[in-house]
Amino acid sequence: MTKIGADIFIDALVKEGVEYLFGIPGGVVIPLFDRLYESPIKLILTRHEQGAGHAADGYARASGRVGTCLVTSGPGATNLVTAIATANFDSVPMVAFTGQVKTPLIGNDAFQEADITGITRTITKHNYLVKDVCDLPRVIKEAFHIARTGRPGPVLVDLPVDVSLAQCSLEYPDEVCLPGYKPNYKGNERQIRLAADAINASSRPILYVGGGVIISESAPEVFALATKANIPVTTTLLGLGAFPETHPLSLKMLGMHGTAYANYAVTDSDLIIAVGARFDDRVTGRIDAFAPGAKIIHIDIDPTSISKNIRVDIPVVGDAKGILQALVSMVEPAAHTEWLEKTARWKREHPLCYKPGGLKPQYVIEQIDEATKGQAIITTEVGQNQMWAAQWFKYTRPRHFISSGGLGTMGFGFPAAIGAQFARPDAVVFDIAGDGSIQMNIQELATAVKYKLPVNIAILNNGFLGMVRQWQELFYKKRYSGTVLGDSNPDFVKLAEAYGADGIRVTTPEEVRPALEKAIASPRPVVLDFAVEPEENVFPMVPAGEAINKMMGGMA
Amino acid sequence: MRHVISVTVENKPGVLAHISSLFAARGYSIDSLAVGETEDPATSRMTIVTHGDDQIIEQITKQLRKLISTLKVQDLGETEFIERDLVIVKVNAATGKRGEIIEIAQIFRGNIIDVGQKDLVVELSGQENKIQAFIDLLRPYGIKELARTGSIAMARGAK
Repeated sequence: MTKIGADIFIDALVKEGVEYLFGIPGGVVIPLFDRLYESPIKLILTRHEQGAGHAADGYARASGRVGTCLVTSGPGATNLVTAIATANFDSVPMVAFTGQVKTPLIGNDAFQEADITGITRTITKHNYLVKDVCDLPRVIKEAFHIARTGRPGPVLVDLPVDVSLAQCSLEYPDEVCLPGYKPNYKGNERQIRLAADAINASSRPILYVGGGVIISESAPEVFALATKANIPVTTTLLGLGAFPETHPLSLKMLGMHGTAYANYAVTDSDLIIAVGARFDDRVTGRIDAFAPGAKIIHIDIDPTSISKNIRVDIPVVGDAKGILQALVSMVEPAAHTEWLEKTARWKREHPLCYKPGGLKPQYVIEQIDEATKGQAIITTEVGQNQMWAAQWFKYTRPRHFISSGGLGTMGFGFPAAIGAQFARPDAVVFDIAGDGSIQMNIQELATAVKYKLPVNIAILNNGFLGMVRQWQELFYKKRYSGTVLGDSNPDFVKLAEAYGADGIRVTTPEEVRPALEKAIASPRPVVLDFAVEPEENVFPMVPAGEAINKMMGGMA
Repeated sequence: MRHVISVTVENKPGVLAHISSLFAARGYSIDSLAVGETEDPATSRMTIVTHGDDQIIEQITKQLRKLISTLKVQDLGETEFIERDLVIVKVNAATGKRGEIIEIAQIFRGNIIDVGQKDLVVELSGQENKIQAFIDLLRPYGIKELARTGSIAMARGAK
């Protein structure tokens, strides 16, 4: 049957199981929006294209499914760039559709034209410009396949308006044919054997677990391996929730703002078992001082992640789940009594801590943890709010901590919370924000109100771009250049009310819990404006370029 | 260290851009790049000459393999391989100097492919170092124009 491109587009999304499409219309995507009008796909209209991209991202991270968004050409497409780069850095499955000017005008500087495939070439897993409507079914099929398989990532499909209107009779294919794309899922048996032998021979092993464990749904296998051989577990920022932080083997997060005990344990270990992590500079600190006495096993589906930043002794390329299952059956039960006593002592002697006094941001996060019984989905912006959210909430399950780790995108958390709430309508969702970052996508309050989403925004309002201010305090003689916001911040309570959301201001520790209870009970979006101590710092902290066991502050 | 990498890719629009963007974005250098169709019109072969330490070359080959449109990536340094570069040079050839230039070209097994009033155009194919030696010898006569293809290469057949 002959169909126009716009119908092929809708049918393809239905076949791919797309439930929500986040987006904003514009001139060249009117044919697509016209067909959406009566389609089973729910259009979620955001107020900025970046919001649409982050919402699709948050939906994907909370659900494990592919997030999709649709925006117009030119500025619509360029507004999406930050969201695409964010998803790319954190391996989030996403298909982004952009409108394009009609094919005869491409390259002629037409109105609202941008070379978006050129612009996004290095920030997508792959991208397409569709010039012939008969390529469209194949391209969309490939886009979803590439986005969700192997190491997931965003794929962009650029759709000229004349392609959306042209006719073709090709059906949606059942299979893809991509001879150059064959992700390697099965780990090499010899390498797995070597890894198992190394684990069995180790006396001070540590599991260093990243976002790949969450993506590959292999948290149960990590748990099985850790508990069978009594191996302590530390996670990266994106790995939070991959291992329950309430378990005695958990050392919580490592790295620049990780726990002292995780950093000491990594430095002292004789074997690092890295799973789905990539030895980011925020994790390793000074490379030559990172785990000097340790052998390194690195399990990852992406061969380019292996031996990129650090020399690896036993690489295992493949899907973490299958590889870990094999390892669990091959490792011997072990007690590691001496090693666990050592890590337990570090935990006792150097716990995370903060000095009480006034309304502390750390206290606010602890209270959110308690008030939601640790069950909330936490999204974050970027900066101090993100690090406090990582340190002070105890994550016990995958897909409950959603944050821009690699790119570090301020303005991510709130639209991501909206996407997460769509994915998990019954979950309590909190965006942990700062007064700076929330203003980078605050217009999405309109989206949250329109779709009656009970998302909660906890603004840790210190009147500063706090993380930069912290660096300026510590390393730039308190010269607060460009970081003071307090004198020009809006009244966030009134702002929330102006959008039709609820706003609650909290200025004392006693008010925290009642305000949280009220927000959690509310069926509407709630903005909580916590007037926290303005110059509180995130500790412990490894200064940039220092060894990770050389931390400053925050230890008892 | 110099490496010659052979990349078989799908013969589709945008593939060259993906590869050159990868090199630019990650700060890898391209000393030369030659592209042409293979025996299968659906695929092209790129020969990329680059340099870097072992870790960088390993990353380059892995990153190339990761691109969706690449079918095969081979670091030819790992095998015996043959390599050719083609140059055409327009060199000043005053009446008294023509014989010398033709003689140099013959020694290098080059061909005179155009003769002008005051110049000659010489073509030569060979390995990069041979081409370089040839150019160095012609330089004193005055090179007016020069074009090179960059290396193309493949692994030797089994002996």
